Amino acid sequence: MSQDHSLYPETMPQHPERATLEGKNKFMGLWFFLGGETVLFACLFGTYLALKDSTAGGPSSEDMFGLGLVFIMTMLLLTSSLTSVYAMYHMRNNEFKKMMLWLGITALLGMGFLGLEIYEFAHYITEYGFTFRSSAFGSAFYALVGFHGGHVTFGICWIITLMIRNAKRGLNLYNAPKFNTFSLYWHFIDVIWVFVFTVVYLMGKVG
Amino acid sequence: MEFFERFALPHPDPMIYASMVAIVVVSIAIVAGLTYFKKWGYLWNEWLTTTDHKRIGIMYLISALLMLFRGGADAVMMRIQLSSPEMEFLNAQHYNEVFTTHGVVMIFFMAMPFVIGLMNYIVPLQIGARDVAFPRLNALSFWMFFAGAMLFNISFVVGGSPDAGWTNYFPLAGNEFSPTVGVNYYMWALQISGLGTLMTGINFLVTIFKMRAPGMKLMKMPMFTWSALITNVIIIFAFPVLTVALLMGTLDRQFGTALFTTGSGGMDMYWANLFWVWGHPEVYILILPAFGIYSEIISTFSQRNLYGYKSMVGSMVLISLLSFFVWVHHFFTMGQGALTNSIFSITTMAIAIPTGIKIFNWLLTMWKGKIRFTVPMLYSVAFIPLFTVGGVTGVMLAMASADYQYHNTMFLVAHFHNTIIPGVVYAMLAGLTYWWPKMFGFKLNERIGKWAFWFNVIGFVLAFFPMYLTGLDGQARRMYTYSESTGFGPMNMIAFVGAGLFAIAFILIAYNVFYSFKHSPRNIGDDPWNGRSLEWATHNPVPAYNFAIEPEVESSQAFWDHKQKKHNLFKGKISKIHMPNNSGIPIIMAGILFVFGFSFVFSIWPAVIIAAVAFFACMIYSSFENDQGRYISEQEIKETEAKFGGDSK
Repeated sequence: MSQDHSLYPETMPQHPERATLEGKNKFMGLWFFLGGETVLFACLFGTYLALKDSTAGGPSSEDMFGLGLVFIMTMLLLTSSLTSVYAMYHMRNNEFKKMMLWLGITALLGMGFLGLEIYEFAHYITEYGFTFRSSAFGSAFYALVGFHGGHVTFGICWIITLMIRNAKRGLNLYNAPKFNTFSLYWHFIDVIWVFVFTVVYLMGKVG
Repeated sequence: MEFFERFALPHPDPMIYASMVAIVVVSIAIVAGLTYFKKWGYLWNEWLTTTDHKRIGIMYLISALLMLFRGGADAVMMRIQLSSPEMEFLNAQHYNEVFTTHGVVMIFFMAMPFVIGLMNYIVPLQIGARDVAFPRLNALSFWMFFAGAMLFNISFVVGGSPDAGWTNYFPLAGNEFSPTVGVNYYMWALQISGLGTLMTGINFLVTIFKMRAPGMKLMKMPMFTWSALITNVIIIFAFPVLTVALLMGTLDRQFGTALFTTGSGGMDMYWANLFWVWGHPEVYILILPAFGIYSEIISTFSQRNLYGYKSMVGSMVLISLLSFFVWVHHFFTMGQGALTNSIFSITTMAIAIPTGIKIFNWLLTMWKGKIRFTVPMLYSVAFIPLFTVGGVTGVMLAMASADYQYHNTMFLVAHFHNTIIPGVVYAMLAGLTYWWPKMFGFKLNERIGKWAFWFNVIGFVLAFFPMYLTGLDGQARRMYTYSESTGFGPMNMIAFVGAGLFAIAFILIAYNVFYSFKHSPRNIGDDPWNGRSLEWATHNPVPAYNFAIEPEVESSQAFWDHKQKKHNLFKGKISKIHMPNNSGIPIIMAGILFVFGFSFVFSIWPAVIIAAVAFFACMIYSSFENDQGRYISEQEIKETEAKFGGDSK
């Protein structure tokens, strides 16, 4: 590990994120972590499906949800996944500055998503008096969607820390796995959102 | 003053005040002792900040033994209370608190760290690795477990213990019926230590998949490592369910959501489902490593290869899959209908098949073996018939219609103690005795160990078999007393005597540690039991880097075959070894989580926010640290090896 981890174009491994044992371990460890996260979200989805009709006389999903806003949120998050793919593409070509640029765009798109989500929640609370205390439906909704939002927040903090930390170091075999694990995590959050969009919003409007 | 009133005990008792004084006195004594002997630096540098899997393993084991005595004291108190009808030793409230803490302490803070402690120490050695995949994360896992355990234990003297049973069912655990902070303690203590366990699961799975010695294919791994692999898979897929359940319980209790609270449309039964979706796999998280330990011990002391290696692995995989499809059998009587009950009844009974395969494999391993009845082997031999009784009564409980008769009776209590004690506890005692020389360089005294073993077995049978009978006669569990006319008195008196013998066994085991430390010979060599797997191929006690040269493996009995065929396990040459540095961050982060949990329990929000910010600050600090690890030089390794009497090997 203390040997020189800097990357040179001529000695660049094809997958700098998995060139060291530590990198391989991180890569695999993150997959197991995502396995656990899948179970975690599965429980929250199960809870939501079990409780979504228990509105206790309050507003139901048909009354409140507007697909327009949620569609914009979905686009923002899906695009951010794409930009993180660009970032990883540039990482593999050892183009540090371009990687940082695309990661920055990823973070900005994530913040846009988060801003809209906060606006959405505020809208439900002020317009409909729909809080996490008002009914079991409310509790389950905010638990699931809020937990996803918490993951987005954590991801944004993660990538910003990582970018500041490595701004002056350039790319090397030590930090390539770190950028790559973030990217994987970010895709995961995106996939979860696809399910949230389908199960909560589409099924809430149509089902 | 109002601020401090919340910390008062809701149900005070002279006994609790006495323990309060005892805790303060012992803490002062420890601090004073460390200061007097100038051991703070040693403790901090060698133990509290260590990232060495062996030391973390030993710290897990010490914590587990301490918690064993805490949970054991609870058990003895319950047996005293029930020893005769209309006893007035504990009142109903204290009895509730005692059976709750007994369950939580024994499962989460005794059995789990015992299993994880042995895995920590042994698995990297068995696969020929120098540490786990993420050493610092491993330290954080331990300290989070420890923070959770301490948080749970102080509930006893600050604010009151939880009293809704270790299963903590809603609505009993909701604010309406449990208005004190006890259940909050339950939520946060388990949350913090549970997240630590989840990280352990990820860490060990990566370690086993990525860091095995050259030549060790998956099907050449020792059986304990196999059991650890499967256990960690279960941990990763089961523990997140507990995380969600505890989080939702906290939301309900402290933020007024309506997930388990029926008033606004929540479902109280939903807690029971989530709890057991985690809880039943948890049972196998405990028992599979125990099976692994028995496999190692029975094979070593029968001096034969393990019979049916492939079927052992296959049956464990099958058990791990089935373990996720049986949870409803914990509440057949809750009213989910005959079809659902039947399905779960069948899946439950199906688990008996792979378990039975394992029993026969152990018996056939001993068949025609040259058996040596050492203490670890005695526990393993006692395990087979006793565990079978526990398994058969389990199949009885699995019959849904009959379960309406046994549900929530002492029969159930007898059943699960019958599987957990001969299954898990005996395995832990056997494993501890077996690997003790590996950890400390001397054996535990066999004569005292055998006395302890007999007290253990006789005490166990006397304590729990009577409960089968009173349970069938209708004695309910979790009831603090019964009338004389029920006729339960004599059987409960026998159980009390059994509990006493059982307690003596554990005192003997503690005494044995002390006695052996003083008197046991230290010149036992590297392989005192004539072992079979790689952990016996290194020195006694193990040097920090585990193996001077990475071993190369050809079979599942690598060390045994090396001794038989005289081929060379260590083909390479000594070169410098990269090791992780110590770090104070894990213990600091766990300390912050303790403050976080404690403040959350009492809803002291400013402290919660400060602790949360501090926690993330620690994460960012770690990210900015420049820690490249260190190297042990070739020279240093050669000197260490020479000290052990080996040449470069």
